[in-house]
Amino acid sequence: METNLTPLLPAAEVTLTALTVLLLDLFLREEEKGFLAWISVTGLALAAGMAFFLWGSQEGAFRNTLLLDDFALFFTEIFLGTALLTILSSIHYLRETNIRSGEYYALILFSTTGMILMAAANDLILFFLGLETMSVGVYILTGMWRERVEASEAAMKYFLIGAFATGFLLYGIALIFGATGSTNLTRISFFLSLSFHQWPLLVIAGVYLVFIGLAFKIGAFPFHFWVPDVYEGAPTPITGFMSVAVKAAAFAGWARIFVHQFSVVEHEWGVPLHALAILTMTVGNLLAIAQSSVKRMLAYSSIAHAGYLLIGVVAGKEPGGSALLFYLLAYAPMTLGAFAVLLALKDGEKDNESYDDFAGVGLKRPFLGMAMSIFMLSLAGFPPLSGFTGKFYLFRSAIVSGYTDLAIIGALNSLLSVIYYLRVIVKMYMEQGGVEAQPFAKAPCLYVAIVIAVLGTVGLGLLPARALSLSGVSYLSLR
Amino acid sequence: MADPYLAVAILFFFAGIVVLALLLIAEKVGPKKPSPVKGEPFESGNSPKGDARIRFPVKFYLIAMLFLIFDIEVVFLYPWAILFRRLGILGLVEMGIFLLILVIGFIYAWRKGALEWE
Repeated sequence: METNLTPLLPAAEVTLTALTVLLLDLFLREEEKGFLAWISVTGLALAAGMAFFLWGSQEGAFRNTLLLDDFALFFTEIFLGTALLTILSSIHYLRETNIRSGEYYALILFSTTGMILMAAANDLILFFLGLETMSVGVYILTGMWRERVEASEAAMKYFLIGAFATGFLLYGIALIFGATGSTNLTRISFFLSLSFHQWPLLVIAGVYLVFIGLAFKIGAFPFHFWVPDVYEGAPTPITGFMSVAVKAAAFAGWARIFVHQFSVVEHEWGVPLHALAILTMTVGNLLAIAQSSVKRMLAYSSIAHAGYLLIGVVAGKEPGGSALLFYLLAYAPMTLGAFAVLLALKDGEKDNESYDDFAGVGLKRPFLGMAMSIFMLSLAGFPPLSGFTGKFYLFRSAIVSGYTDLAIIGALNSLLSVIYYLRVIVKMYMEQGGVEAQPFAKAPCLYVAIVIAVLGTVGLGLLPARALSLSGVSYLSLR
Repeated sequence: MADPYLAVAILFFFAGIVVLALLLIAEKVGPKKPSPVKGEPFESGNSPKGDARIRFPVKFYLIAMLFLIFDIEVVFLYPWAILFRRLGILGLVEMGIFLLILVIGFIYAWRKGALEWE
């Protein structure tokens, strides 16, 4: 039997980098540890290059449990980019806290590997394995700063809730396997299309359990309670990583499993998901208004954005799927950028995360003020930034698919979100007495990350055509 | 034709009845002569000493974890060894990669001092 290992290349490259970092960490002296960040960045860039050259490949490996289509490659690039920006913005953070850098970078790389496998998995078992590889890494990263009580609490909560959610997912997979005799998604959807409208109860129960498991992972409404505590307790760069990459990986599952393969049973899961989308964005936005910490506000805002993204899942088919992919791409730079600015306010052991700490930052550090304003306006959905184009195509896909109510509620929610996003800008420019932000000379890499995020946010807003066509091609490459 | 699972349902039903019946009969008919010695926890015939809930050093957990990891490694070697001829050179290379990753884990644990007791 011929075994084609090409589809494994990006994941293998990231794993290799992680192992290298882990091994080197043991033999490097303390003052040489900064080197590890650069190895990680190089490894990620190499993997991104590989994914770029593999674009257009339709190859599968291991009896098509792993499918390296454009969809997988699109997500791979998002994960690699996010991990890269996370590492760039962590360098300064790790120096200020005593988090061990070797394990930190290695775990980011390992969980990135898990995400890549999740996006490429055409088999529920491989999807589950990818999910676990990702989650276990992120559980540990959450509790990395061991001196902070909140971090340990967050890691424990995340682990327990995550294990609970995984239980749902795995039980769902077991039921689906019991009814269809396969864990391969292509075979399952073939089975579903054969027995049209007369599915055994077992399959439907399985689909619902997988639904709940994935809803936990994106923090959708009734399963969102862990999000704010975990996001607040985790080290800030990891919070950014979680709210972008982990969420994108779970949405890769939503897109491939639900929008594409389970589309036959859509009238089973479509209605509850419709309600879930509305509740998730409304609850996220309403609770975000009440927060006094910017980090916690961003956590609730990430719940709200999960709600917007669910619109794409509900709308389904080509318009919904490609709008979902484009929104994930557009969401990455603005969120990572906002967390990077938050990191620039960190001073020694103290995390400065409240609205009051932001007072006057725009006047003292004009660049940080400008960047944060761009991210906040983009998150709120102002044109011509990436948040606007992303939302535009999401709402458009809802209208095209006949879910006008979702588009209207989404637009009203964006309006609601302006309240808390603009509060940051008001604080930065119209008040005084906040903290002193780090200058460029002290945290150069952090500033580089912010510049990249600004370019991404503005670029995807002004020139979305190419990215849009890429996300369309990616979604249509699903088999 | 009745549902094929009907037999299982009937089995469950009667199993439940038998269990309940046995418990009830033992409760109603059996003689009860409680004594302090009978109430003691059973420790293989010795009289128990001290509290069962004592604190263990956290080191045991680390050792248990390491044992688990390397135990699973060995378990994976069995199916590979049985199918060695059919998997051929590719199987050998794959197992080499698998073992290499575990050896890296072992070196990591060693250098971090996870194997030192004191």
